[in-house]
Amino acid sequence: MAITFQLNGKKQTLEVEAEMPLLWALRDVVGLTGTKYGCGMALCGACTVHVNGEPVRACVTPVATVAGKNITTIEAAVETKLGKVVREAWIEAQVPQCGYCQSGQIMSATALLSKNKKPTDADIDTAMAGNICRCGTYNAIRAAIKDAAQKLA
Amino acid sequence: MPANTPTQYPRRRFLQTGATVTAAATVTTTAVFQLGWTASGAWAVTDGVASGRGLTGSAFAKKVNPFIKISTDNRVTLVVGQAEMGQGISTGLAMVLADELGADWSNVAWEQAPNDLAFALPGGFQSTGGSGSQRRLMPLYRRGAASAREMLIAAAAQKWNVDEKSCRVENSFVLHGNGEKLSKLSFGALAEAAARQAVPAEPPLKDRSAFTIIGTSPKRFDVPAKTNGLAQYGIDVKLPGMKYAVVARSPIFGAQVASFDAVAARKVKGVSHVVEITSGVAVVADNTWAAMKGREVLNMKWKESGNDKVSTVSIREQFIDAAKGAATKAREVGNVAEAFAKAGDIIEAIYETPYLAHATMEPMNCTAWVRPDQCDVWAGVQAPTLAENAAVATTGLSKDKIHIHTKFLGGGFGRRSESDFVIEAVELSKQLRLPVQVLWTREDDMRHDFYRPMTYNVFKAALDDKGMPLAWQHRIVGSSILARRAPQNLRGGLDGTSTEGAATLPYNVPNFLCESVTVNTHVPVGFWRSVGSSQNAFITESFIDELAHKAGRDPFDYRRALMANNPRQRRVLELAAAQAEWSKPAPVGRFRGIAFAECFGGMVAQVVEVSVNNGTLKVHRVVCAADVGLAVHPEIVKAQMQSAIVTGLDAARYGRITIENGAVVQGNFHDYPVTRINDMPLIEVYLTVNDQPPGGVGEPGTPPLAPALCNAIFAATGKRVRSLPLSQTDLDKT
Ligand code: FES
Ligand code: FES
Repeated sequence: MAITFQLNGKKQTLEVEAEMPLLWALRDVVGLTGTKYGCGMALCGACTVHVNGEPVRACVTPVATVAGKNITTIEAAVETKLGKVVREAWIEAQVPQCGYCQSGQIMSATALLSKNKKPTDADIDTAMAGNICRCGTYNAIRAAIKDAAQKLA
Repeated sequence: MPANTPTQYPRRRFLQTGATVTAAATVTTTAVFQLGWTASGAWAVTDGVASGRGLTGSAFAKKVNPFIKISTDNRVTLVVGQAEMGQGISTGLAMVLADELGADWSNVAWEQAPNDLAFALPGGFQSTGGSGSQRRLMPLYRRGAASAREMLIAAAAQKWNVDEKSCRVENSFVLHGNGEKLSKLSFGALAEAAARQAVPAEPPLKDRSAFTIIGTSPKRFDVPAKTNGLAQYGIDVKLPGMKYAVVARSPIFGAQVASFDAVAARKVKGVSHVVEITSGVAVVADNTWAAMKGREVLNMKWKESGNDKVSTVSIREQFIDAAKGAATKAREVGNVAEAFAKAGDIIEAIYETPYLAHATMEPMNCTAWVRPDQCDVWAGVQAPTLAENAAVATTGLSKDKIHIHTKFLGGGFGRRSESDFVIEAVELSKQLRLPVQVLWTREDDMRHDFYRPMTYNVFKAALDDKGMPLAWQHRIVGSSILARRAPQNLRGGLDGTSTEGAATLPYNVPNFLCESVTVNTHVPVGFWRSVGSSQNAFITESFIDELAHKAGRDPFDYRRALMANNPRQRRVLELAAAQAEWSKPAPVGRFRGIAFAECFGGMVAQVVEVSVNNGTLKVHRVVCAADVGLAVHPEIVKAQMQSAIVTGLDAARYGRITIENGAVVQGNFHDYPVTRINDMPLIEVYLTVNDQPPGGVGEPGTPPLAPALCNAIFAATGKRVRSLPLSQTDLDKT
């Protein structure tokens, strides 16, 4: 079945099963591998993308449900004005260790900062609690979000 | 860019001149030189290995320096053979090379090496683990870089017709003289002539006081690509014509295939093959999703294996029985039996730890392409040599035909030192004659792990009239990791990994006995971040706290007094206590616990601050002091301590794998929870400064966390936690 959506600002049409999760459509069919698989059950956040600006777990999002919508993945999200600031903050704080969770972390963080210019610790907890980091970079993530918020102010 | 991509490393990597493929995968015409270095002894780069990489007949083969490449535009590429799994070793060992070489850090690049014994640990094994990269490889890398530096100097001295000893190296230049008499040539300009110099057998090494890069904290090479989705992990490998596969493996370890419905699976759109392999049945498809759908309708039936009734409960009963039988001594001091016979009060306790999964963020996966004359493997592997051996055994090809492309590891923790996931992909590709990627779902990963061993511990101690330990007896019952991984390393039946962190304590105890009882079951066990110490520190450091309490002593003072003969360890303990302001009362409602542990050449003490309200635990703060000897990159060391502390928190609070009907119960992060950002404590890390050689960094931060946390819980509630995880313990005071 042909499904069309906007992917990172460009029109994308895919011939895939309607129920294929967006994650696998992006990774295996489109070939964009920045969005990661970690659990397949919306438990870890590694697969987070933006659908019409909202953070969404691509592993449990059937591709048919995003027809006609705007999808942004990590590859493009860090190229926006806000994304660049967030990425800079991530580099400045040297957040990543193994790095595997970081696409998802940055996607959740950019979604948070696009709506909330001055997130409190509680706001950060709420927005980021769905993103697991097995390397335990959480404190660096929090510092980077606060740093980015300051630079965006 | 540190592009960890398939094209990153040129196949013919010892290019003397001419075009090469740069890290950014663009073709350049800049000449690149490998400066010679003949290693000796255990680290020899033999002709055999070199010729295996396409150098047969080359006069250059004997002058291989795999660590350093210099291009005529004065760019220095530092090649690191260790796996990057987040611990920062790509930057750390590159720093060692750059410092010894005298390179300008602002104009260097890092490159991941292929499988090649030139990068092997002493002992001839290319592997990353045991917090051993700097500890064990710094001398090798320094010699490699020093020999290149001496050849550059020799080339410059020849050009200027001066004594080599009067030349010096600064920021990728060789210099001679001063002021108006200053001569200066870049490494790039010298590279060609340098490559023709004799290779120094024993190049002089820099004095530690002359280090300019080691000990600083430059930005990591791997971070930029890990912040825009471009970093390449094993799971990201794409090859032309590549298929995607998942494997149905027996839920009960070791059970054989009885039957399956290949026809149903093949009917799923996108599924191309259903293939039986050693570990189970592979469903092969055009994309991962189709492979997963196909696997769902396989209707797998497994033969009975004799383990169908085994459970964690039954294994525990086996352990309790075995605890009463014969044991193997790990270490004995004095005579505990005599001491107990004379002693008054005997303190006894049972401590238990559960099986744990590794749950690396990136589940296991491997991409293989087996052709009649070559086998390529792309994966995050901790031990390329083991992956190579596995590929040799599976394909029948010779070692020189096996190419292991080590990708970034989305976490290792010991799991990726195994080769099971490599064997599967190689076997499948060999059958299919196609490039294939085998992905493990999270459930596959959690249910087919090599678990941290579950243990059952019997303690007995007696105090002298001053309350200090007079006798200490610890019997550990559990399964042996080495029995499977390296039986040649068992010493008289003793698996040293079971007793590490328990057989040797930093405390002076006149009568001491640590013994081990091995009970192997069908549950596979393996190395897990800090291995034996990860459980044993919880056990010994909680028990010493019990003794301090019994003696009516402050737990910090008690430990400190017992460390009289171990000043280095004592300094670490004191640093943690000082930074945590142990001598002052904790903030209202908060309670502290302290613990110390040493493993893999790293010493760490931690003070954990908690509150417990109506049975709900909150961990507020962790103060961590570490002595890791020479800290090559102090900020990475601190980040590793943070990471190891979180691993400790995961294990202490939540981690638990249980077995029912022979199979693992847990499957994903809902029933195997881990720490999240909203339950993170503040963490402070302090490093001691000393002149010791580098110690371990990646693991030593994990062991002290659980006991420091449980000792804090005892301070808060009076409840002594003797079994983990805490999620299984009711912490309510009443
Ligand atoms: S892979 Fe989607 S939330 Fe884990
Ligand atoms: S950096 Fe490794 S999982 Fe987050």
